[in-house]
Amino acid sequence: MHWSDEAIIVGVRPHGETAAIAEVFSSNHGRWLGLVHGGRSRRSRPVLQIGNVVDVSWKGRLPEHLGTMTVELRRGYAGEAMSEPKTLTALTSMCALLHLVAEREPHPNLYEVTQFVLGFLDAPDVWPALIVRWELSLLDELGFGLDLSECAATGSNDQLIYVSPKSGRAVSASAGEPYKDRLLDLPSFLNRSQRGAVMGDDLMRGFELTGHFLQTRVLGPRERKMPTARERLITLLKRVSEA
Amino acid sequence: MAKQIVGPEIERLVQLLAKLPGLGPRSARKAALALIKKREDLLVPLNAAMTTAIERIVICGLCGNVDTMAPCAVCRDEARDPSVLIVVEDVGDLWALERAGVMKARYHVLGGHISPLDGVGPDALNIPSLIERAGDEAIKEVILALNATVEGQSTAHYLTELLVDKSVTVTRLAQGVPIGGELDYLDEGTLAAAIKSRKQV
Repeated sequence: MHWSDEAIIVGVRPHGETAAIAEVFSSNHGRWLGLVHGGRSRRSRPVLQIGNVVDVSWKGRLPEHLGTMTVELRRGYAGEAMSEPKTLTALTSMCALLHLVAEREPHPNLYEVTQFVLGFLDAPDVWPALIVRWELSLLDELGFGLDLSECAATGSNDQLIYVSPKSGRAVSASAGEPYKDRLLDLPSFLNRSQRGAVMGDDLMRGFELTGHFLQTRVLGPRERKMPTARERLITLLKRVSEA
Repeated sequence: MAKQIVGPEIERLVQLLAKLPGLGPRSARKAALALIKKREDLLVPLNAAMTTAIERIVICGLCGNVDTMAPCAVCRDEARDPSVLIVVEDVGDLWALERAGVMKARYHVLGGHISPLDGVGPDALNIPSLIERAGDEAIKEVILALNATVEGQSTAHYLTELLVDKSVTVTRLAQGVPIGGELDYLDEGTLAAAIKSRKQV
């Protein structure tokens, strides 16, 4: 069996002295592992860095085998992000969260969104809000998408400022007023009816929202912890917004 | 079933040698045979050297280096510049820098790097003693000589944050074109780093 695809490297671990096991998130084949011969060589190491976009060829005698992979660099996002702490942490956080996607299950939409976000990592005013949107897409692909289009109680799409932590649906200001202590804030930049610049507090509310559903719907049931890179990213972004 | 042609003791020796980096089963057999053939010249002194190493090798409590004495020879060396502290991931990196011989400074071995994907956090590294050492008034510069990998640089950024309150200059190694490197053969990341770190001539 053989396939070739475009992919993002989401994990690499050494295998023996010269090889590496690469974990990629590919456009049409999803998260996939494979042995890269010479993966620890001087030539391959710069390519096998998480966050890099590569052309992958996978070959295995049987589909269930680990198989071997060859990778060729398409875009070195890791090298570009290395000098900037927040960007590097964002890249690491995204790669860590992509491990939540089931192995060998294609998610072409998520791949496209991921590529889109990676393309904006050199724009520090843009990517933090994109990461929140990306996490919403991730939740959606994992089967826990939020419905932020209309109020869960009234069906209206005016003044949507809350999200129900149980149903993951938006709630309007009037319908949510009696329960506001128990509802999550819906930041305005995620609300279709209100578009505007993403401010510090709004951004944090966005991360709180996606973080809540990642924790309760995805990580909690799997007895896994929130990736430390995501927590660190929030700390770094908070520091910027407080400054 | 393969026929056993040597005794279990020799087979055990081959198995252990095969676990060493750079040696596979075939080369381990060759090494074992060489040791057996040169019993007095190699095997006996090697045995003695290894026994001494087991008894005497310690981790330096100050920098994390390995030596037969604590503090280690690097920490004891008074000819070294006491104002510069070079932070490295592993002892192998310390040895590499010492081989280069470009700077007679003191070191601090972290014992790895932060790797969120592998679940290695700051707590698993030799960071508290680094912060303590950086607080010493004699230290003026901390050089973060960490690998140019995502994990290495994440660790460097983390340490930079921790050291910001200390009265030290924090620097890191330059990234770019290696000696003898041809631009055509370099990866994009290295080229991007080289362009970013360009110098006026």
